[in-house]
Amino acid sequence: MQLDVGDGQVDAAWVNSPLYRGFEQILLGKIPDDALVYAPRVCGICSVSQSVAAAFALGDAYRAETPPNGVLALDLIHAAENLIDHLTHFYLFFMPDFARPEYTAQPWHADIHARFRAIEGSAAPEFLQARTAFMHLMGLLAGKWPHSLAIQPGGCTRAVSARERLHLGNIVGAFRRFLEQRVFAAPLDEIVALDGRDALLHWQAAQAGQPGDLARFLALGEALELHTLGRAADRFMSFGAYREADGAPLFARGVWRDGGLDSLDVDGIAEDVSHSWMAGDTAPPRTARTLPDPGREGAYTWCKAPRLHGEAVEVGALARQLVDGHPLIRDLVAATGGNVLTRVVARLLESARILLAMQRWTDALIPGEPFHNPAAPLADAEGIGLTEAARGSLGHWVRIEGGRIRNYQIVSPTTWNFSPRDAAGQPGALEQALTGTPVDSPRHPRKIAVQHVVRSFDPCMVCTAH
Amino acid sequence: MNLLWLQSGGCGGCTMSLLCADTPDLLTRLDASGIDLIWHPSLSEAGMDEALRLFEDIRSGHLRLDALCVEGSLLRGPHGTGRFHMLAGTGQPMIEWVRELAAVARYCVAVGSCAAFGGVTAGGSNPTDACGLQYDGRYPGGLLGKDYRSGAGLPAINVAGCPTHPDWVLDTLHLLARGELGADDLDDLARPRMYTDLLAHHGCPRNEFYEYKASAIEPSDLGCLMEHLGCMGTQAQADCNVRTWNGEGSCTRGGYACINCTAPEFEEPGHAFLRTPTVAGIPLGLPTDMPKAWFIALSSLAKAATPQRIKENARADHVVARPGRKPDRK
Repeated sequence: MQLDVGDGQVDAAWVNSPLYRGFEQILLGKIPDDALVYAPRVCGICSVSQSVAAAFALGDAYRAETPPNGVLALDLIHAAENLIDHLTHFYLFFMPDFARPEYTAQPWHADIHARFRAIEGSAAPEFLQARTAFMHLMGLLAGKWPHSLAIQPGGCTRAVSARERLHLGNIVGAFRRFLEQRVFAAPLDEIVALDGRDALLHWQAAQAGQPGDLARFLALGEALELHTLGRAADRFMSFGAYREADGAPLFARGVWRDGGLDSLDVDGIAEDVSHSWMAGDTAPPRTARTLPDPGREGAYTWCKAPRLHGEAVEVGALARQLVDGHPLIRDLVAATGGNVLTRVVARLLESARILLAMQRWTDALIPGEPFHNPAAPLADAEGIGLTEAARGSLGHWVRIEGGRIRNYQIVSPTTWNFSPRDAAGQPGALEQALTGTPVDSPRHPRKIAVQHVVRSFDPCMVCTAH
Repeated sequence: MNLLWLQSGGCGGCTMSLLCADTPDLLTRLDASGIDLIWHPSLSEAGMDEALRLFEDIRSGHLRLDALCVEGSLLRGPHGTGRFHMLAGTGQPMIEWVRELAAVARYCVAVGSCAAFGGVTAGGSNPTDACGLQYDGRYPGGLLGKDYRSGAGLPAINVAGCPTHPDWVLDTLHLLARGELGADDLDDLARPRMYTDLLAHHGCPRNEFYEYKASAIEPSDLGCLMEHLGCMGTQAQADCNVRTWNGEGSCTRGGYACINCTAPEFEEPGHAFLRTPTVAGIPLGLPTDMPKAWFIALSSLAKAATPQRIKENARADHVVARPGRKPDRK
């Protein structure tokens, strides 16, 4: 990351992704179904999301149909990953930054340090134990996590018996207890019913005494004015996530721009490579190529710059909840925009919503009914797989010719958020969000505020350039 | 034992798998093993500035490095420069850091098949010239060269797997911390024998179907996955079905084939992963220690003798024919 600093704040930022592995090149010439082996390995953090996108892309190409149990099982596996991803980010990656020595003089530091210090704080072992128990859901439904092959075009390879459905319910229920006792110190229904900023402040005030970790974070956010950090263009996109029984997604698809909701035109997506170490010109993923060009003039990252109708957009839990219309998030963004505070609140709110949905889906499984419908591969076909990973919109585009993968393009969430400038000079979401970030102010010593802004996007570096 | 963990050209999945360490959890186990995680790119509070000071202390001999864990493959490209992966904030390729730190480490551990052999990152045309720490696919060499020995006289230890199982990593580190893992405890690919002396086939709940060659045809069928769906569990060296994953899971328990991910070059099997290649109807890649003629004779016999119950269940996604009992004696 290169920062231009002037007058105590960041004037301009250039975000660099220093790792390239070449998955889109590796997939060329492969048998299409083999994408189900390679795709999850793009990312060990959101491997299920990558599987889902690949299975959707192949399923779209083959016109596969998934039975209701398959849809539910896939939702459960995917939701489990996204939920655990949000909390892993919160407990292991984001909160420990506030326990750093930069903040030793702050009145809240002792409490935060005791709770969130990396590895040694009281939260880490509690969370890891709850996390491990919860991930038993993956063992049961997906064989293992990460890198499962259970997710297929047409459903899931693992049918659930009546005994196992009960077990799943227990696993999800146990994790609900962790959320209600530690994360929120409140019933989930109370959290998802918060309908605006006032309701949130009111709820926070009532938490005094034995606060949960959300209330701890909110108090910290107030003290450090985290709502003033990390605002980008307030333009958000969501592909929509999880299919409900009636076919509608649990979280809606759309674009939020200029304070209003638009429908999403997927054909408006194109990747610009003017500042990437990549050969070629701006192209939609359907026809784009990925060929590294380490000598490209003016380039500073392996990451491409995806744009929606030429505009940089932000993706993630905040975008999802905003597009879906949750009143708390709509109200917070109306007041202070997208920023470090709203991104984290959206992530925790979404965790509560996901858990409640998982309980509903577990109950809806019908043992004895099919979980998978075989789909016949086609020798020549095209498909698009769109879904939402924890950190935002994920799309796979596949073209099959003569029974082989002729082209495969992956546009990952962090590629949107950490994209470099495009040919028009427009910076990506993080580059915009970093502009104006204070450097070494009394409230945010050294470059700690920069760290908070970067982390608030929950970046995934391996996904970025893949 | 102090431990430094680096992430190179992989997906981070081995760290994510490590966080799933079960009974007890990761932190408790590190503590019980006497392991001090001095730095990990995603689990430590310390940022890159502090990490670089730590690396400097190790290079200069001020800080002893007991164990260096490397996750992800080593990217030598483009053109041998290592530029496909620069260590953030250093302007220096990751492969140079790994070479320097491995040179002073008492033990060097490749975590996962990428770091061991190159793994999926080395798949297809291997666009980044990826390799493992001491192997390039199945060939000794890799980044450190075939003659490399760590301070304790061992080669780079290959805790292969994609991802690797948290127990494989933690048990290996625990044994190292106790000084109880020597050259004899490693197999011919420098993998710890405590998990590669078994096959993924051992403990597979589909074993009854295997015995009678009662095979699954479609994903989600309960039958044996070997004959049609690409399963390599009878050859894959790993204890996945004995030491299960995420509670009671494993690949074959999850309903899909074992793809032999602990082996070098598993990423390029030369056929579709989920279809068993056959010659004249006979699966290629039979168990390595079984003569083909015997296999054919036994399997035709077994197929002829398959009980109806097993035949029916093999092609269903849940038990449709229940075990019976002998009729009562009059």
